[in-house]
Amino acid sequence: MTVDTDGVNAVDQMEKGPQKTAFFNNPKIRSSVIQVLLIGILIYGVWSLISNTAANLSAQSKSFGFGFLDNASGFDVSQSLIEYSRASSFWTVYQVGLLNTLLVAITGIILATLVGFSIGIARLSSNWIVSRAAYWYVEALRNIPLLLWIFIFYFGVLRLLPSKREPLGTSLDGALGYLSIGGWIAPKPVAGDMLWLTGLAVLFGIVASFIVSSWAKKRQMRTGQQFPTLYVILGLIIGLPAALFIVTGLPLSFEYPEIGRFGARGGMPVLPEFIALLTALSIYTSAFIAEIVRAGILAINKGQTEASHALGLRPGPTLNLVIIPQALRVIIPPLTNQFLNLTKNSSLAVAIAYPELVSIFAGTALNQSGREVEIIMITMATYLTLSLLTSTFMNWYNNRMALIER
Amino acid sequence: MKAKLLSAAFGAALSVTAVNASAATLDDVKSKGFIQCGVSQGLPGFSQPDSSGNWSGLDVDVCRAVAAAVFGDAGKVKYTPLSAKERFTALSSGEIDILSRNTTWTATRDTQLGLNFAGVNYYDGQGFMVRKELGVSSALELSGASVCTQTGTTTEINATDYFTVNKMEYELVAFEKNDEVVAAYDSGRCEVLTSDASQLYSLRLKLTDPNVHVVLPEIISKEPLGPVVRQGDDQWFNIVRWSFSAMVNAEELGVTSENVDEMKKSENPGIKRLLGVEGNFGEGLGIPNEWAYNIVKHVGNYGESFDKHVGPETSLGIARGVNALWSKGGVMYAPPIR
Ligand SMILES: N[C@@H](CCC(=O)N[C@@H](CS)C(=O)NCC(=O)O)C(=O)O
Repeated sequence: MTVDTDGVNAVDQMEKGPQKTAFFNNPKIRSSVIQVLLIGILIYGVWSLISNTAANLSAQSKSFGFGFLDNASGFDVSQSLIEYSRASSFWTVYQVGLLNTLLVAITGIILATLVGFSIGIARLSSNWIVSRAAYWYVEALRNIPLLLWIFIFYFGVLRLLPSKREPLGTSLDGALGYLSIGGWIAPKPVAGDMLWLTGLAVLFGIVASFIVSSWAKKRQMRTGQQFPTLYVILGLIIGLPAALFIVTGLPLSFEYPEIGRFGARGGMPVLPEFIALLTALSIYTSAFIAEIVRAGILAINKGQTEASHALGLRPGPTLNLVIIPQALRVIIPPLTNQFLNLTKNSSLAVAIAYPELVSIFAGTALNQSGREVEIIMITMATYLTLSLLTSTFMNWYNNRMALIER
Repeated sequence: MKAKLLSAAFGAALSVTAVNASAATLDDVKSKGFIQCGVSQGLPGFSQPDSSGNWSGLDVDVCRAVAAAVFGDAGKVKYTPLSAKERFTALSSGEIDILSRNTTWTATRDTQLGLNFAGVNYYDGQGFMVRKELGVSSALELSGASVCTQTGTTTEINATDYFTVNKMEYELVAFEKNDEVVAAYDSGRCEVLTSDASQLYSLRLKLTDPNVHVVLPEIISKEPLGPVVRQGDDQWFNIVRWSFSAMVNAEELGVTSENVDEMKKSENPGIKRLLGVEGNFGEGLGIPNEWAYNIVKHVGNYGESFDKHVGPETSLGIARGVNALWSKGGVMYAPPIR
């Protein structure tokens, strides 16, 4: 860089107007050149990725295609939410794995959120013991790696349960099922003929609740009158179906497990692998959620609390009506991350034989079929889709929660 | 946007530089100076590291034999411990040169995974182990049991077949790592542990109290275990196949690591050819002519290797059985070096 020491020159230039910049300094040209270059590199990258894969596949005389998904898998899995046997196809394996992933992810997200919110609020409690306990909960959980937690629960905690042949629950004759090292063999609900009516009523109740609550909200905006929405919703979602359930003659029975040579059989087995994974995933994630909730609440100016107290709101409604709605805006984006993490972390299940997507599809099926490229592509696409769906939903929810200026 | 483009392009470019599984494995191996050998994560008798990280075992000896043949030094091997699930990917991606990890030769693996089996170094079959206290004496009494096994194995498939064919209900609990299988069985999660029979004996040694378990009499499958190489490199395939065959031929001809130097003076044309005194079989393989001499000298013949690692004198105490030479009532048979 040269320093212009000649004052006259500078004045000269000012009179001539801005000097014509060299073409490679022109920001427009520059940026389009960079764009073109980058796109070129990208295209080259993608092309070489594909041709490299193709060359390697053909060097090993392997083909590429998804036809193998129709072939019989030949192996069994320990938990399946749909009909599955060794004769089922690899595509069915995919579905079984995906459903098992979703099962643990969704139940995990619900549990982690409930626990996380409670702990997060407890950390802000004015009760010293409660807030200290919550503090230690968070610190202990998030400072130990998740895989270790999974092992602790699976090989540690669950191992304290009695053996399969002498399970807990014998004193109740299996009315609540049996709990042992082999998991919880629960009574299996069997639907009666008329159960669908109750199911329909629940569905109706949910839809009706939405309508009622949005109507009540509008009315409150307009007239300031409150409506006992909560009770009406409870009535719609629980009361109505319950009444129908009784009227149709309790169309639900249970199939109870029995103790056989190798422990409890029949009923509905809840695998110990599932229990350990679910517990580890949800408490681990709950520690992070607790911190997010705490930060969200702390982000709300203390004046808000004081103002609502001054308006005569009690602490409960203050939290529910003033603090939480505002805090949620801060909480939701990082919360989404935790949900995504939990879903992806569920793939650590390989270590303890819970048959989720990575374990049985990207693991066993890949190994038995030898279709690495195809299976990994499908698995990646699946996780991507799950993540995108979750964030889309959370973004939608976040937008709804955003402050609407009136 | 630019940042995204850039990182995508970069990622792609990186993957381009990833190794291209080369066809000329011998050249690769020679230029790096050692053989990368895929083994188990610790299976006594077959492939297991000692406390200072030196691997030994029947499967390890195959890799050492190849190293002796190529370099004249059985020590020029590096080991990659692999789970059952990882092993084929490791081989086809070029991470390892030979897979010698109690791997069963099956049609699927041979024809659909781009692999070739270079021989059989142990004839095995699948068995079951249970606790004595269950009072089970036959695998046919196992209906309703939970069965622990390792994922990505033929074991998993055989167990599925066996229980289905015999119309028995069961629960298959498949772990990725062998240690987890053993821990789960040991703690009572499963009543049954199933694996290749040879391994049941070595796995039993890992249990808290080996004496409270029994191996059931049924053998439910054929498990010819052998070394595997990538398809499409015939030279390397030949080297591995003949390195192992040399060990079997040496046993048949009575050549051992101890007498191999004397045997060089033998008048027996078979021995002369084996030890490179006559003929030039090394040339055809692209390796030194003393290749088989080096194998026997530094690794030993098949019988020696068997006795040392899994035989009756070891803690596994496996009898030669079907793995005896064909001339001694077994099925171990190698094509002649001629
Ligand atoms: N021979 C069978 C089974 C091989 C196998 O991996 N067996 C397990 C025990 S069931 C094992 O050896 N594990 C040792 C390890 O993972 O280190 C196959 O090739 O699929």
